[in-house]
Order: sequence, then C-alpha cells, then structure tokens
Amino acid sequence: METYYSLKPLLAVLVSLLAVVLIVIPNQRPNVRESWTIMAALAKFAIVLSMLPSVLGGNYPAITLFSISPGISLALKVDSLGIIFGLSASLLWILTSFFSIGYVRGVPEHKQTRYFASFAVCLSATMGIAFAANLLTLVIFYEILTIATYPLVIHKETPEAIFGGRKYLVYLLTGGVFLLFALAFTYQLSGTVDFQPGGILPAQVSPSSVIMLFILFLMSFGVKSAVMPLHSWLPTAMVAPTPVSALLHAVAVVKAGVFGFARAIGFVIGPALLHQSGAAGVLAGFTAATILLASLIAIRQDNLKMRLAYSTVGHLSYIVLGMTMLSPGAWVGALLHIVNHAVMKITLFFCAGAIYVRTHREKVSELNGIGRQMPITMAAFTLASLGLAGVPPINGFISKWYLVQGSFDGGQLAIAIVFLLSGLLNAGYLLSITIRAFFAPSERFTKFGEASPLMVVPLALTALFSLLLGLFPERFPYFYQLASQVAASVLGGGGP
Amino acid sequence: MSSLSILTLAPLLLFAFITTLVGIWRLKWAYAAAVIGMLLSLIAAGAGVFRVLAEGKLRHFLGGWPPPFGIEYVLDHLSAFMALIIVFIGLIAVVYPPEAGLYQPPRKGIPMYGLLLLLFAGLVGVVVTGDLFNLFVFLEIYSLASYALITLGGDRAVVASFRYLILGTIAGSFYLLGVGFIYFSTGTLNMADAAQRLVPLYSSPVVMAAVALIVIGMCIKMALFPLHVWLPDAHSYASPMVAAVLAGIQIEVAAYVVVRFMLTIFQPHYFIDVLPVTTVIGWMAAVGIIFGSVMAIAQRDFKRMLAYSTVAQVGYIGLGIGLANPLGLIGGLLHILNHAFMKSCLFLVAGGIRYKTGLHEIPKFAGLGRKMPLMMAAFTVAALSMVGIPPTAGFFSKWYLVLGSIDAGNWVFLAVILASSLLTAVYFFRMVEKLYAVPSSGDAAVEQATEPSAGILVPILVLAVGIIILGLINALIVTQLLMPVAALLPS
Amino acid sequence: MAEMFLARYVYLMVIVLLAIGLWGMLGKRNLLKKLIGMNIFQTAIFLFFIEGATKLGGSVPVISPELGMEAARYVNPLPHVLILTGIVVSISLTGVALAFLIVIYRKYKTLDDRAIMLKMKEETSE
Repeated sequence: METYYSLKPLLAVLVSLLAVVLIVIPNQRPNVRESWTIMAALAKFAIVLSMLPSVLGGNYPAITLFSISPGISLALKVDSLGIIFGLSASLLWILTSFFSIGYVRGVPEHKQTRYFASFAVCLSATMGIAFAANLLTLVIFYEILTIATYPLVIHKETPEAIFGGRKYLVYLLTGGVFLLFALAFTYQLSGTVDFQPGGILPAQVSPSSVIMLFILFLMSFGVKSAVMPLHSWLPTAMVAPTPVSALLHAVAVVKAGVFGFARAIGFVIGPALLHQSGAAGVLAGFTAATILLASLIAIRQDNLKMRLAYSTVGHLSYIVLGMTMLSPGAWVGALLHIVNHAVMKITLFFCAGAIYVRTHREKVSELNGIGRQMPITMAAFTLASLGLAGVPPINGFISKWYLVQGSFDGGQLAIAIVFLLSGLLNAGYLLSITIRAFFAPSERFTKFGEASPLMVVPLALTALFSLLLGLFPERFPYFYQLASQVAASVLGGGGP
Repeated sequence: MSSLSILTLAPLLLFAFITTLVGIWRLKWAYAAAVIGMLLSLIAAGAGVFRVLAEGKLRHFLGGWPPPFGIEYVLDHLSAFMALIIVFIGLIAVVYPPEAGLYQPPRKGIPMYGLLLLLFAGLVGVVVTGDLFNLFVFLEIYSLASYALITLGGDRAVVASFRYLILGTIAGSFYLLGVGFIYFSTGTLNMADAAQRLVPLYSSPVVMAAVALIVIGMCIKMALFPLHVWLPDAHSYASPMVAAVLAGIQIEVAAYVVVRFMLTIFQPHYFIDVLPVTTVIGWMAAVGIIFGSVMAIAQRDFKRMLAYSTVAQVGYIGLGIGLANPLGLIGGLLHILNHAFMKSCLFLVAGGIRYKTGLHEIPKFAGLGRKMPLMMAAFTVAALSMVGIPPTAGFFSKWYLVLGSIDAGNWVFLAVILASSLLTAVYFFRMVEKLYAVPSSGDAAVEQATEPSAGILVPILVLAVGIIILGLINALIVTQLLMPVAALLPS
Repeated sequence: MAEMFLARYVYLMVIVLLAIGLWGMLGKRNLLKKLIGMNIFQTAIFLFFIEGATKLGGSVPVISPELGMEAARYVNPLPHVLILTGIVVSISLTGVALAFLIVIYRKYKTLDDRAIMLKMKEETSE
C-alpha cells in the first residue's frame, strides 16, 4: 500500500477544534454559534469524503507531525479501516448537529455553549482515533475523547447525572490506565507502535506475552465497547441529553472502543499470533455471552433509552465477536456492522429524543398509540428496529449475513446460533415498541404531532440511509469494498 | 570554560540584596528589582541550556582557581535543565501579585522579594556547583530563605516552619556529615575529583556511611515517604505563592542532589548493585505514592490536598530514581519539570480562589467554574495533567516511568503508577465535579465571584498553556537534555 | 579505618553528642529544647571536622621557616575554614529559629509541642 503526504487528515481533525474556538466566543447569538457547528460538520465530512477515492485506490493520505516520544511520532494515516469509521462518524455528526439544535431548543437545555463545544472536541478526537497511524497517537485521542465526553454526561447537573459521570470516569479512566500499560507493553515487545496490517509483534514473542497483551487490550478497549462485565457505565451514561446518547453512545465513543479492537487485533497483535495463542476464544466467550445477556436485559427495560443502551451493548459485541473469529467474512461483517449499527442506532436514539421533546415521555409503557401522533418518527423507528433484528433488505441484514457466514467459515456453529438467536431477541424488544406505538389503544393522548423538522428530517434521513446501505452495500460510499480491503490486508488472501 | 553557570547565579544573589535595600524604601521598586534580577538570570539560564546543547559540559573556576583548590561551577545537561526550571518557575512566582500570593501584601519592612531571590539563588547554586561543601552552603541558604518565607502564611505557618526547620537542619547536617566522611576519605571536595578518588574506596565502610547519610538527608528534603512528615503542614499553611515555589521546585532540588551523587559523583552501579540505595528509594517512593494519594483524597482543604498530592508526586520522581534504568530516570527527571508546572499552577489557582472569594475548602467551591472560566480552565488542564491524560505533560512522565518499569520487570511499581493515576483522578475530579457540575449553593462568596485580574490570571495561564506545550514537545526535551543524562545509567 | 575510629576516642564523644542532639530534636516536646538539641547536633558535626583536621604534632597552618614546606607537619586548614562557614550557617539557623519561637510564644503562650497542637485544634473547631 502506498502513502502520500497530505494535510487533509490533520485538517479533518482540526476543523472541529477550530469550531470549538469559534463556539466559545462569548456573547454571540445562538444562531451564530450553531452555524459554526454546522459548518464544521459539513467541512469535516467534505474533507473526509475527498480522501475516499485515493483510499479506495490503495493510496493512503498520511502526515507525520512531530516526534512525541523518542522514536514515535504523532502521525495520521487514512487507511481503509480508518476511513470507514471517519466517514460514518463525520456524516452522522452533520445530522446530529441539526438534531441537537432542534433538541436543545425544544427541551430547552442550559449551558449550550459547553454542550456544542464538548461535542466538537469529541468529534475531533474521534477523527484522531480513526486516522491515528500508530498506537500512541490513538491513545492520545482516545483519552481526549474520554475526557471530552464527561461534560456531556454530566450536562444535566442533576445528582443522577453526577453519579453517571462518576461511574463513567471510573470505568473509562481505568480502561485508559490499562491502555497505557498495553501501549507500553507493545512498545516493549516490538520496539515500534506503528500500525501494520497483520500485526507488528515479532514472530518469536511468546504466547504468554501475546495473551497478556491481548488481555490488556481487552481491559482497555473492552470498557469503551461495553463488553460485559465492563458495560455498566453505558446505561448509566444515558442520563446525558439524547443527541449525546445518539452520536456518542451509539457511534463515536463506543465505536472508538470497537475500532480499538480492530486496530489491536488486526494491526498490532496480528491474527496469526492471536490464533496461535488461543486468546481470542476468551473474548469470543465474553462477547457471545454479552450479546445474549444484553438482549435479555433489554427486554426488561421500561425506559426507552435504557433499552436502547442495552441493545447497543449487545450490538457492540456483535462487532467484537466478529473480529475475534479471524475469518475474512466475519471481519467484513464486523466492519460493516460498525457503520450499519451506527446508522440504525442513531435513528432509534433520534426517535427517542423526538418523542421526549414532544411528550416528555421516556418510558416504553407510556408510548401506547404514539405512532398515530408521530407517524414519521415511529416509521423510522420501525425500520431501524427491523434492521437491527436483521430483516432484509435493511442494512443490518447485510452485516449479519457476513457475520454468520464468517462463523460458518470458521466452523463455529455455536456463534452462528448466537447471532440468529439474538436477532429474534432484538425483534422482541424493539418491535414490541412498534406494536405498542401503532396498535395499542391510545390512552389520553392529546394532540402532540411530529417534533420540529430539525429533528424529524435527520431521523428520516438516517432511516433512509439504513435502507440504502442495505439495498446497495457495494455502491457509494463503498463501505463493502473498504471492509473487504481491510479484511484482505489483515488476514491475507482475497475477500469472502 | 564558560561562566554561564555563575551568570545564572550572580543576578539572583546580587538582586537579593538590591531588592531588600530598595524594599525598605518602596515596595514597588523591590518588585521591579526582583523581576529584573529574575529576567537576567532567566536569560543566562536559557543561554546556558543552548550552550550545553552545543558544547556539552561547561566549567567555571571561581576566582580563576582551578579545582581541586578552588570552587568549580559546572553546567551540564542535568544542571542546565534544573536551573532553567528553577528560574522560570521563580519568575512566575515573583510576578504573581503578593496580595493573592501571600493573602495580603507584605508590610514594607518584610523583605519578601529579597527572600524569594535568595531562595532561588540557593536552589540554582545547588544545581550549578561542582563542589560538595559549596552545595551544603547553598542548601542552607535556600532552606533558611524557605523557613522565613513559610512564616508569611500566618501563626500556624510559624509552627509548621519551625518543625520543618528542625527536620531540615537534620537533613542538612546529615549531608554535611556525609561530605565530611567523603572529604576525610579522599581529601577533596571537588565533585569531579572526588568521583575519581572514590572508585578504589567503594568497599570502605566510611564511604558507605557517607552515602547513607547523604541519601537520608536528601530524602528528608524531598519529603520521600516516610520522611515526609514536615511537608503537609509546611506546604498547606504557607501562602499559595510560597507553596507553589516550595512544591514546584524546592523539593525537586533535593532529588537532583541524589541523582547527581548517583550518576556523577559515584558510579551508578554503586548505588544500584553495591548499596541498595535505588531499591530502597524506589520502594519508599512506591509506598509514598499510594499513601500521598489516599491522604489527598481524605482532605477537604484545597491546599492541604495539594500538599499531600505533592507527597505522592515526589514519589514519581523517587520511582524514576529507584527504577535505575534510563527510561525510568527520564520519567523521573521529566516529572521534575512537569510537576513544577502543574503544582505551581494549582497552588497559584488556590491563591486566586482565596483572594477572590476567601474560600479554601473544596466542598464550598460548587459553582465556581462558571464564575471564573479561565482560571478554572487552567485548573482543569493542570488537574488532567496530574491524572496523566494525554496530551498534557503529566501523561508523558508516566509513559516513560511505565516503560521503565516494564524494562526493569518491576510489576509492583507498574501497578503503583497505574493505580495512582486513578487515585489522583478521584481527588481531582471530585473538585472538577464541584466546579462545573454541582450547582452553586447560593453562597454569597461564590455568587459574587468574578474572574481575577490579569496579574493573577496571566501567570496561571502561562503555566497551564506550558503544561500542554511541554506535553507536545516532550520528545525534544527528552532526546536533547535528558537522554545524555540517562545514558550514564546501564540500560 | 575502623582502628582509626577506635584510636581516636574523640569520635566516640562526637557520636554521643550526635545522639544527644538527635534525641533532643526528635524526642523532646519543648520547642526550645528541640532547638538546643539542634545546636548540640551541629556542634558535634563541627567537632568531627576539627578532629579530622588534626595531626599529632601538627603545627598551625602558617608556613614557617623551621617546619618547611612539608604538609604533614601542619594541621589541615581546610576543615577549619569549612566549619567557620558551618558555624555561620548554624548561627543564622539558631537566630531564625529563636525568632520563630518568640512569635509562637506570643500567639500560643507556650512552647510545648502538644499544647500548641491542642490550641490549634481548638482554633479550628471554633
């Protein structure tokens, strides 16, 4: 794979930091402040998109800034894996920005400057994670993301939010500490931390070292990707405003953890050594258990956002489980699920936000008949629910297809059964809401109507995206091709 | 030959007198004189770093007498590094307005600036001297100045300062006794000369006793657990600006002395293999890190929390020495720089809060984040750096220490470093939460609080921005200044 | 080395003085006694240096025609010079410490360590 010098990766990271500076200028009108957010989001997406053609062609934009530790540089490189994450996060940021504006005006939220500024920092950090060329760079942005999310978690400043914030920090900082250990251990073992497809550990590293390193990555990235038993911060963090839950707790933050696993398994440890050590089986066990348990817990949740949170916990483990199988098919499925789950889950959270703004209801049991009041919202909700359950032709089906195929390839029938079973459970806990919304007798609902267009249009668009991605996975923006490229480079050989 | 070492020292000593003299007459002039003295010294210290980078070790023979007869001043990578930190933090402290730094402006008769400059002169003297006895003199100069400065914090500070004086004198006397042993064994006081003559004497019990005395003395001075007992009172009762200097640069100078003895006066293997010095320091430091962090969590008073945090942070420096490998030592030395910035910044913030609101207990800070956004942003940066969040400077000292622990195969030290990050997070995020998340209790002091004046804010912001810059350029500092120092250690 | 220590009983005295001084500083409750202990401690160190400089039959270190240039005939002058500096340091320390004691006594009306601690606690609880 070729690389060429380009400022674009750096710009993609910096553009939202510039927006932060503009947002915090005191005494400006809300419209002006929000327009900075929108402009930064559009610019970021445009920059990331402009790198897509060359990345597809196997020519990676890269920039090495300066040495940050002897022998290690702060460096960015946009490869196929990075751009999958970067593209989906930056696209969804645009929609979330519009949605946020509708949301904070509808509720209305306080301290909006801090809200939008933290959001922009989070996006910068996410881009940094996506485009990091080595583990140290990734760790730096990963920790920035942890910290920048904290103000959003405690945004409501209620005792509940403060508790959520504490729990969030305890989990995430502990994960960060293990990540520092993992980083240092990697450096010790291989003398470099630059990502390479297929891994950077020397072949003579002992299996016990590989297992230890893998466990360290599990303790660190496992927290953000909410693998049980490290998941419990995520439901608690749902006290944050809904757009935060939507973008960060369905797309950016948690996916950063999953993305970290992709880097750790595919680009640091390497599938060959991992396979020899047998450590991946441990993670597979944890994630498979997480998928089932999270679904079972989700069924019992009455709070809509909590139900979605547990659903997220389950789906994140889909992705990680896919990666642990170390087969090309499963990797393609896992990587596609990063995008697909993001699009579907953000739709669901947007819907939850729209319902909250209009009706101030958060509980599933209060939603009887809401479908007749907010038909577009609930239609989008239904579509995304079907997708998560794995019903064709919605995008969730595609990723699940490859995941199941990958588990058959690896001869892991039990895992295939886990995927199929959890699809049923997904249908159970999500479609039951649809049934309530459309078919249950409506009780004392006054006329609510749809939320403001600022909220409805984004959620309709994301629902549309999930349909389009399901119908044409190999078309623009070529996520399928990108995922195949990654799988091929990491695991060797052609695509599935 | 270059006289930059003495040129860093001379303005401080000279202006210590000038400042005191004009201070009797006008306080403002004393301030001006102090700033001029610090600036001159800063220029020399900066030039010293560049010259050392270009030419290596710079020696100056005082009065033209060559060693071992005369007193020699030496500027090498380590001392140039230390001198620049001391003078820079010193300048920040001098510029910081005394009404916030000392609770109230000092009365005209009190030579506050003179004492400060004398303190910095002593500290710089310790790091640039090449003579064992001369080091003792500077040690006592800075100690005396610091005893006097601590008492500016009020009646309790006097008691704390007296206790510190007793322990500090024990430390200084132990050092002097140790130097006496070395002198009577080798017949020289020049460090370079003694280094050569000591080699055949390594098995002598007198030399061993000298090492023990000197190391114990310096461990008291740097407040390494369990010899830290004087620190919490002295640093929390001292006024914020004085505490900033004491925690930021004074105790670190004692760590410098240990490193100097370990690397250049003795050969490292003597401290590592022959005598268990590094092992003992390392374990004391490890226990101190945990102890200091836990005690800091238990404090309500902001400055007292910072003081216990210093006990923990000094442990990082001790751990770097204790690891006794290049990466670990780099981590420890880098932490001297980082801690100077972080802790000074935090103490100056404490001064700013106290000055604007009269508050000093963390639970009462609720809601201040909105009232003083810039100062609290600086606090947050410093706090994040203490926790070790990249890209702030604190992360990188931890990074080298972690690398060093893995290199040494010392998993306990590694666990201590990692665990202490979390403990540090507990006591700093407790305050961050109060500042930003907990709504104000309606306390009038908080309600009427505003951002402090530029005089208070600028030094704080300089340090906060410095924390981030130091993090980003740490590789430069490490490769240029610290690696030549650490290269003396066997890897 | 060890024989030298034994042969010179003065070193034993120095050690005794050091012990007394240390005990005074750390074991005594009265702050003034701590200070006295400090002085004893430092004096012991000075004596150690002076004793180290002496040579049996050595003369005053001023070169005289009768004794010639042979260094062994004069006592070592350097430790004396060092200790002169040491004494200056010690006096300054004592002066500063005495000033502190005056301030402490004015405020707390006692120099007893524990009594001062108690009074401080009362202050805080008020």
